[in-house]
Formats: sequence, structure tokens, C-alpha cells
Amino acid sequence: MTRHRGRGIASINYPIGMNLGGDPSQALVHSNPSGKFTVALSSIDLGQGMKSVTRQICAETLGVPVEDVYVDTADSDTGPHCMGSFASRGTHRVGNAVMAAAREARGVMMEAAAEELEVNAADLETDGRGNIHVKGAPHRSISTKDVAIAAQFKQGKTISGRGIFLVPLSDVDPETGEMSPATCYAHACLVAEVEVDDETGEVEMVRMDSAYELGRALNPRLVEQQLVGGAWMGVSHALYETPEPYYPDPSHGPRDFVEYLMPGPGDICPHDIAVLERPAPDGPFGAKGPGEMCANPVLPAVANAIFNAVGVRIDDLPITPEKVLRAIKSQGGPRPQARR
Amino acid sequence: MPKIPVQFRHNGRDVAIFVDGGTNLLVALRELIGDMTPKFGCGQGGCGTCSVLIDGELHLSCLTLAETVAGRSIETLDGMKQGPNLHPLQRAFADHFAAQCGYCTPGMLMAAKALLDRNPAPSRAEIVEAISGNICRCTGYEPIINAILAAAGGRASA
Repeated sequence: MTRHRGRGIASINYPIGMNLGGDPSQALVHSNPSGKFTVALSSIDLGQGMKSVTRQICAETLGVPVEDVYVDTADSDTGPHCMGSFASRGTHRVGNAVMAAAREARGVMMEAAAEELEVNAADLETDGRGNIHVKGAPHRSISTKDVAIAAQFKQGKTISGRGIFLVPLSDVDPETGEMSPATCYAHACLVAEVEVDDETGEVEMVRMDSAYELGRALNPRLVEQQLVGGAWMGVSHALYETPEPYYPDPSHGPRDFVEYLMPGPGDICPHDIAVLERPAPDGPFGAKGPGEMCANPVLPAVANAIFNAVGVRIDDLPITPEKVLRAIKSQGGPRPQARR
Repeated sequence: MPKIPVQFRHNGRDVAIFVDGGTNLLVALRELIGDMTPKFGCGQGGCGTCSVLIDGELHLSCLTLAETVAGRSIETLDGMKQGPNLHPLQRAFADHFAAQCGYCTPGMLMAAKALLDRNPAPSRAEIVEAISGNICRCTGYEPIINAILAAAGGRASA
């Protein structure tokens, strides 16, 4: 028995969002008389951090503390329309909609503040701590709470805003077949290092090194968290997960979550991540989206690493020990490739 | 069939419930006691998100019959906070971004507590072993392991 070390690489150019009849998302922002703001969405946060990021975007655009913004989402009965959380579109599409809504709400808030301070709204600025003051004269100040109360009880105004971000459908050019499926692209490159056991066909992850270009990372810790976890979803698709291991033959499929293979804490390996920030011109504060892209390059990188280790090219996922072993046997033994 | 009376301690408080024979502890905790912190994941002992401590030992509440815990002491995530303060493990989980969707978090915290209660200074390998019955579908094991190391006073690697 020998364990062969192999290294594989894969790069990805990942479109943000989709192009099936147009890709819109909406947001509504309004203030309460307390001077706190609510963002209404119907977009779903499955743990990627959409609630945190839309909250940051709204607070930054309004010029108020992030603590003063509440994001009410995931209820399609009450929230404005969203296409959904997929295609790495959340931060980009929903974030842009929130930004537009917050900008409109900020306009009303500044007008209301201007009326209270008896100045021109263009002469006002927010301090990011819940106050609005005259530029260059911080003592002429009013809190967002007092503005909200004045708007509600004296001026009869709603401090609110509507936002939509729509990427219109890009039709296929009948002459060239060309289309623009997305307005911006994220990029990644991942190197996977594996060890393949030529007696059992088992593949063990040794380490991963990766670089991601994803626009501006609006919440760097959440981005890192998603990249770490997402890479392992990729490994899992590459090596473990399938409901039908002998598709289309349904036999030997997992019958429940006890038999369905997923990585556990003992499977993970060191993973070095570099995040490159190149702000997207049409992204909210330059953001694209890490989303699915963090899982995708792992699969070809692992397949390439297995080829590098034992010289077998498996093009059917997941790359189970059985497939590796059959391929090694059919070529008469392992054929380690040049070390890369 | 008559209901079975069961008395036990739940996070330091005496409770008494009536259960149908065969009711599992997870259902009893959630539906009869109202403690929603143990989560229902697979319902067959494969994911660990329903983990609770019974007399300080880690157990899967979905595989434990409620009638078998009479007279014993149950700890759940609901009892982990010390007054207004987060338990050091909870604090470390927050500081290390050890939750994404959060569904595995209650079970992870209970598995970690069971470990630290019996071994206050575990190695990384011992931590991996201790949480190996718990699945994180967001696959965020790295920050979870780092958080437990940090809570144990060890140095978490990046």
C-alpha cells in the first residue's frame, strides 16, 4: 500500500446573479417614531449573512448607527418582491435595492431635519451616531429620533424609501449568439492537495490554498466564514455526497441522513485564504458576492489533484474510493504524475 | 394508555411532566417544557443538534426516552447563560464567528461543554473527537474548533 500525494488547481470566473427574464429585487425602508429604521425584504438569509450585510448597507447609506437598523425579512406575505437567495446574487441585487431605498429615505429625513433646523437640506450632514447637523456647525444639530418624531407628529411625513435593483433580461443576439448574463463577475483560484491510497482508493484532503476576488468584502469576517465553509461543501460534493451513487440504478443510495455522507470535524484540513478586493462599479459599496463561487473551484481542483497523485481521471462525481480503485486497476496500477 | 409521570431537574429547576410511553426527551423538552434550544435535526442520532447533558454526560435527546430520565439532571443550552452573562463558550463562539445558519450551534455548545467540564484543557484532536458526533452543514468546523480552544484558554489558530 502506498499513499500518493497530488496537487490540483482550478480557477473560476463566476457571474453574479442570473439572466432568466430579468433579475430584480426590491427593498423598503422606513423609520419608526423612535428614530430607528426597518428594512423590509423578502430575501432569505440561510446563514450567509444577508441580514447583517443589508443592515450595514442601510445604516451606511442613511448615515445612522448600524444598531439603529432592523432588517425584517424572509416573509413573502409582507416583504417586497425578491427573486431569491441563489446565484450569489444576495449582496449585489438585494444590497443595491436596500441602498436605493435607504437613499430615498435619507432624502426625506434630511428634508424633515432641514425644516426643524430652518436650513437648506443640502447644508446638512449625518454624523453616523444618530445625529444630523449643519455642515461646519456641529452645534446646530438634531437627533434622528427628534426628526422622526417631528416628521410623524408635526410635519405629517413618512421617512421612508423604496428601492429596486433590476438587471434586465439580456436576450441572445440572433447573429452572434452573444449575451450578457451578468453585470459583474467574481473570480477565484484554488489549489487542492490530496493523498490517495492506492490500496483502498480513499482520498484524503491534505490542504487547500485559495485566492478570491469578490469585489469589496462588506463584512470581512462573514466573507471568510463563508469561504471556509463553502470550500468544504465543494470537497463534500467532490468526494462524498450523492443521493444516487449508482445513478440511474437507485440501489445503495443513502436512505436517511445517517447514511448520507457529509464531512465531519475530523475530515477538515488546513485552508489558507487570500481575499482580493476589487470593488465592482455597480455593486453596493463595490460588493459582488462570495456565494456559490467558494464551493465551485474545489471540485475540479480535487479531481486534478487525484489525477496528479495516481494518474486517473475521474469525471463522475463524487469521486468515491470505489471509482478511484477501479480506475487504478484498469490502468494497471497507480501512475503518479510529475509533482507540481 | 395512561400517561407516565416523570420528574427531573431541568437546568437546575425541578419539573414534572406527563408523557406517553415512547415519547423521546427532545419532544418532551420542546413541547412539554417549552425549551426550544435542543433542535430537531435528523431524529435518528446522526446529526447531534439535539444534544443535551444528562447528569453531565452528553446524550442525544432524540434517542432518549423521556421516561428514562426520572430523577436525573438535564442541562440544555437554555441553562448555559450565567445570569445576564454569556457562558465563556458562548462568548467564544460569538467572537470566533462559529455560527453561520446556527442550527448545529446548540448541539455543538453542549458537546463542547461536556468536554470542558471533564477536560478543561483539551488538545485540538480531543476537541475534534468531542464534536465528531455533530454535523455542521455550513461546514464551519474550523471556527467552531478555534472557539472551543479559545474558551479552554488555549490559543486558537487562525
